[in-house]
Amino acid sequence: MSGWRFERPPNLPLPRPTEEAQPFFNALKERRLVVQCCSNCGALQHPPRAMCGSCQSMTFHWEEMSGKGCVYSYVVTHQAVHPALAGHTPLATVEVELAEGPRITSNLVDVPPEAVKIGMAVEVVFERVVAGVVLALFRHSGAADSAISN
Amino acid sequence: MSFSNAVAIVGVGETDYSRASGRTELALSLQAIRAALDDAGIEPREVDGLMKWWVDTSTEAEVAANLGIPDLAWWGEVNQAGNVGAPLVAHAAAAIHAGLANVVVIYRGVNGRSGRRYGRGDVTGQGGRGVGAFTEPHGLLTPQHGLAMVARRRMHDTGIASRHFGMQAVAQRRHANRNPRATFYGRTLSLEEHQASRLIVDPFHLFDCCLETDGGGALVLASADRARELGKPLVLIRAAAQSGPGVGSPAVRGAKRLFDMAGIGRGDVDVIQIYDHFGPFVLFALEDYGFVDDAAPLVEEGGTDFDSGRLPVNTSGGHLSEAYLQGINHLIEATRQVRGESTAQVRDVRFSFCDTGIGTGSVILERGES
Repeated sequence: MSGWRFERPPNLPLPRPTEEAQPFFNALKERRLVVQCCSNCGALQHPPRAMCGSCQSMTFHWEEMSGKGCVYSYVVTHQAVHPALAGHTPLATVEVELAEGPRITSNLVDVPPEAVKIGMAVEVVFERVVAGVVLALFRHSGAADSAISN
Repeated sequence: MSFSNAVAIVGVGETDYSRASGRTELALSLQAIRAALDDAGIEPREVDGLMKWWVDTSTEAEVAANLGIPDLAWWGEVNQAGNVGAPLVAHAAAAIHAGLANVVVIYRGVNGRSGRRYGRGDVTGQGGRGVGAFTEPHGLLTPQHGLAMVARRRMHDTGIASRHFGMQAVAQRRHANRNPRATFYGRTLSLEEHQASRLIVDPFHLFDCCLETDGGGALVLASADRARELGKPLVLIRAAAQSGPGVGSPAVRGAKRLFDMAGIGRGDVDVIQIYDHFGPFVLFALEDYGFVDDAAPLVEEGGTDFDSGRLPVNTSGGHLSEAYLQGINHLIEATRQVRGESTAQVRDVRFSFCDTGIGTGSVILERGES
């Protein structure tokens, strides 16, 4: 497994977030993983929305996450069912359950697709994909640090 | 006051199913509507209500003009993707029961293979916009991606395995092999072939994925009183339910509404159709609707075969082996089972259940006394 390194298919869409979601992506550029938090009742919600589903408040702040979590589920794309995937399969996509509760979609930088398992402990790394766009990816937290190019 | 048994499905019709129809989506819908009206014995001029999938490209106004409907009194759509067939039946039945319309046609015509393909994300892709900003940059680009994520977790939680998905695919292929309309009418499938088929998006093998189809389908609904005048076997809408976002499985929540309205138990249902964009969801739905606690032993015993005497499921072949017509073919088959007209007919059907989208909507049809 050592030496394997995730290469993001370059033609995957880039995030074009709504106004409510923009602060999430702004924080990634500062190497911070944040989740929308209701300023009235403290509920976390991801993806962010205009209203808190627990108390209907519309006032929010952004809570920084520890970046630690585990793999809740995953898929491995074997057939290039979309043009952006051509020449880039197999590709594993994971759903990470953060220690704080919210689940986010991502990729693992140091685990080859055939080795991904539900329950794997992971921690966030930040990867600049093009100028002005940073994504939150994850690495197996038990593994030796690989060279992460920020 | 509910519309239970006050409204009937009086006509069903479809086009041929193909990979390249050579016709417009509007033409497919019109051809299917003509077939359904002929089946009902109702003239187009009697139609005063039209309903379509929100994603359908043929507007009610175009269809009304083409059919020569003299007075379109009521029309509407249900927003989401392919999964709105039973919700449309619920809306149409409510409208007829409320006196807003007398004869409502529900239609779906789609060039799902030669035109915009759902399997490639042509319809559902967001280009990184909206909630797609959080998923598409990581490789979740098509419907099968999000659903494979759900399926993988469910396999982990319950122990259901790919071979069980294969057993259901084989049962449905056996049904399609009896159905001359089915895309896979002439091609058998074994469990070994299912397991050896290539992975598309793990855990989905090729034969866990629905077909992509060009075709059209239509239903005609009218009051039970009007239905009795038509002389066909009477297919009453005993219950219908919709189930949207909320806490927990939509099927679990929808099932309670559906069976409460029907006033019957799961064990009273004789035949089942379930929306199978991806075959594993048939087994998940059997559990969530409460038909079985664990679907694995049911398929291991062949209990979803039409002649099993247990829980026959997707008796036309479904989306996996008949055609991917986004649930309208399931509603047509559920109706034919009540009439005794299926090519994989279950004996003595009284109650026919149909889900049209992983819990989003469901109906129970009942054989009525003419």
